[in-house]
Amino acid sequence: MSTTTTSTSASTSTASSATTAPVSGKVPLTAEQLQAFGEEMDAIRQAVLADLGEADADYIRKVVKYQRGLEVAGRALFYLPPAWPLAVAALSLSKILDNMEIGHNVMHGQYDWMGDPGLNSRMFDWDTACPGEQWKYSHNYIHHTFTNILGKDRDIGYGILRMDEDQKWRPYYLGNPVYAFALMMLFEWGVALHDLEVENIVSGKRKLADNKPLYPGLLRKIRRQALKDYVLFPALTGPLFPLTFAGNAVANVVRNIWAFNIIFCGHFPAGVETFSEEECLDDVDDKGEPVETRGHWYYRQVLGSANISGGPLFHVMSGNLSHQIEHHLFPDLPARRYPEVAQQVQEICERYGLTYNTGPLPKQVGSVFKKICRLALPTREAKATTAAPAEEQLAA
Amino acid sequence: MSIAGTILRSRAVAALTSPHGVDRYLEQINPMWAATEVRARVLDVRRETGGEHPVATITLQPTSTWRGHRAGQYVQVGVDLPGSRRTTRCFTISCAASLPGETIQLTVRAQGEKRPGQSVSRWLVERAQPGDIVHLSQAEGDFVLEESPATPTNNHLLFLTGGSGITPAMSILRTLLRDGYDGKAGRRVTFLHFARSAEDQIFKRELAEIAAADNDVDVVLRHGSVFSEFELRRLVPSYAATDTWACGPAPMLDLVREAYADSPRLRTELFNVASVVPSGAAEGDVAFARSGKQAANTGTTLLEQAEALGLRPTSGCRMGICFSCTATKSSGTVRNVLTGEESSLPDEEVRVCVTAPVGDCVVDL
Repeated sequence: MSTTTTSTSASTSTASSATTAPVSGKVPLTAEQLQAFGEEMDAIRQAVLADLGEADADYIRKVVKYQRGLEVAGRALFYLPPAWPLAVAALSLSKILDNMEIGHNVMHGQYDWMGDPGLNSRMFDWDTACPGEQWKYSHNYIHHTFTNILGKDRDIGYGILRMDEDQKWRPYYLGNPVYAFALMMLFEWGVALHDLEVENIVSGKRKLADNKPLYPGLLRKIRRQALKDYVLFPALTGPLFPLTFAGNAVANVVRNIWAFNIIFCGHFPAGVETFSEEECLDDVDDKGEPVETRGHWYYRQVLGSANISGGPLFHVMSGNLSHQIEHHLFPDLPARRYPEVAQQVQEICERYGLTYNTGPLPKQVGSVFKKICRLALPTREAKATTAAPAEEQLAA
Repeated sequence: MSIAGTILRSRAVAALTSPHGVDRYLEQINPMWAATEVRARVLDVRRETGGEHPVATITLQPTSTWRGHRAGQYVQVGVDLPGSRRTTRCFTISCAASLPGETIQLTVRAQGEKRPGQSVSRWLVERAQPGDIVHLSQAEGDFVLEESPATPTNNHLLFLTGGSGITPAMSILRTLLRDGYDGKAGRRVTFLHFARSAEDQIFKRELAEIAAADNDVDVVLRHGSVFSEFELRRLVPSYAATDTWACGPAPMLDLVREAYADSPRLRTELFNVASVVPSGAAEGDVAFARSGKQAANTGTTLLEQAEALGLRPTSGCRMGICFSCTATKSSGTVRNVLTGEESSLPDEEVRVCVTAPVGDCVVDL
């Protein structure tokens, strides 16, 4: 867990009515406050759901139109060697739009209510090496349900990097910055191989045989992507084959770099918190099994995510992942709604005294890179023992 | 189109347009261009009857991908209803059999509440304008005349229809007449139809013309009365041994089936109307079609009820965010436990972890 800007508890105005003790040493809110917080978030969600309609449909269809247009333009401009940089730019933008504002969001089911098979989470696949089918499991289920829970959320360091103090240091992590750079350049391949859980196989938590069902889909997708970008389209430009080949490769790498940076700003900037499994279980179900309340889940999404501030075009190009907090609160609402609910979310967080982590891209990226370098080295003992004070269970 | 179609459907073009597919690009240029999907442009909407549930015949120009239909078949029609919710319903094609790429006609009765455009049938009857685009499947269904028009037999053909159930029989009859059936071969056709009232009678003028023509087609129209075995026996004494196509609402088909007992000559097609159960109740039965399991509705989510029956459907977050558990609810009313919203649409995709049945419900799990 990080130590810089965690939530402050006492100074909130809404806390006055509460009589019970905070849920745990780490959560500054009482169970009642947590519930009220959750209900306010639910209310935002309901209001947007009730308002979904033509404007959202027109928006995503417009983005798709731009993306397809840029893609076709990019492929075509490779026939004009002087326009090579333009072709690469168009194709890069196409891939970024396809993967982020369209692919990521459509595969979250944000537009399933439209009933359009072309924009349905179960049908859509994106222009990248990772099969959408496999990504949806690790991302929509594992990452979005267990956000920032160490040992559960495999997006903490992706099994490659040390991105949290509570990840035990090993000499391997001395290479943290090098691995991060490699992951940035090869991001689409990293995402594609993510579901094979190589780190869990190395550590013995997963058997190699468990991956067998994943290979056919993965290989099929990789083959198709490679065939298209590195054989067919270059071949169609005849003598310009090497130029087109190189252009496609550059476009893929541009997309990789952009996606890596945006995505790493989602959960890794300084101040973003991680959680242990036990501290999230703040309630028990009918069978007496410990469970997490909806309020705590919302709370964890806010503290476990960070936004990037910027203009409307920047938000579109980041797939609105620049509104990572809103995205994690409402992963199934159309992303174009995040900017409009951000103000309400920020205001509510302020009232409850929860840190709303946001900043411009350079600041957030800088913070992430600092963390990558800092965590390459073992954490000094003093810092590592910021462990939670004695757990106070629900008093009520 | 054939050369262009062959190219567009080639593996090379599929590889170039992967992973989205060529249709996702063609539709951006012209919605009537397609390699495999079928869409259609509305050419004409003609009112057949008025009243609260008016009927209209809609003429559609399908894309070149339309493979034609056999008389009596239906097609799935997807329409973007207000609020951009594409909704798909099945409608019988009422015109004579079509060849690939030919225009087709649907004859549709506006169902559901009288809120224009809030159901597919209301949209088609009351909202559709020439130039509008709808989404189609290929023709489906086996409620068809099996024999080839080229070598027809001499069998007596009997059609028993009620309400909008007239459309597949009309398509078959029109095909027979168009393809040269004229009664000269001594074949009898009996067309017995039940409509609520004379005002509700679809194809009134055309049926009168067919009845008047010298073609050995007996058209018998009943207004306000219900099907009775007695009347059928009077018209066609050996009805149970006559090739019969019956299409109409469930109560009528129940009577017809009873009359025919186990006769293999009877072919039926049901017209489904969604039933709506009032909210707040946890009653009825929940059936899981694929596994064949069924139990009384306990009021909990479909996922929990499925698991209580020993099923292990795919699921993930169990809170409605990951969509892993999406399944098709084929009939019944369900409530979204997050929003409280209720829905009775057939063949609707629901997240079973946040969906609870309200009354009888069938889910494809």
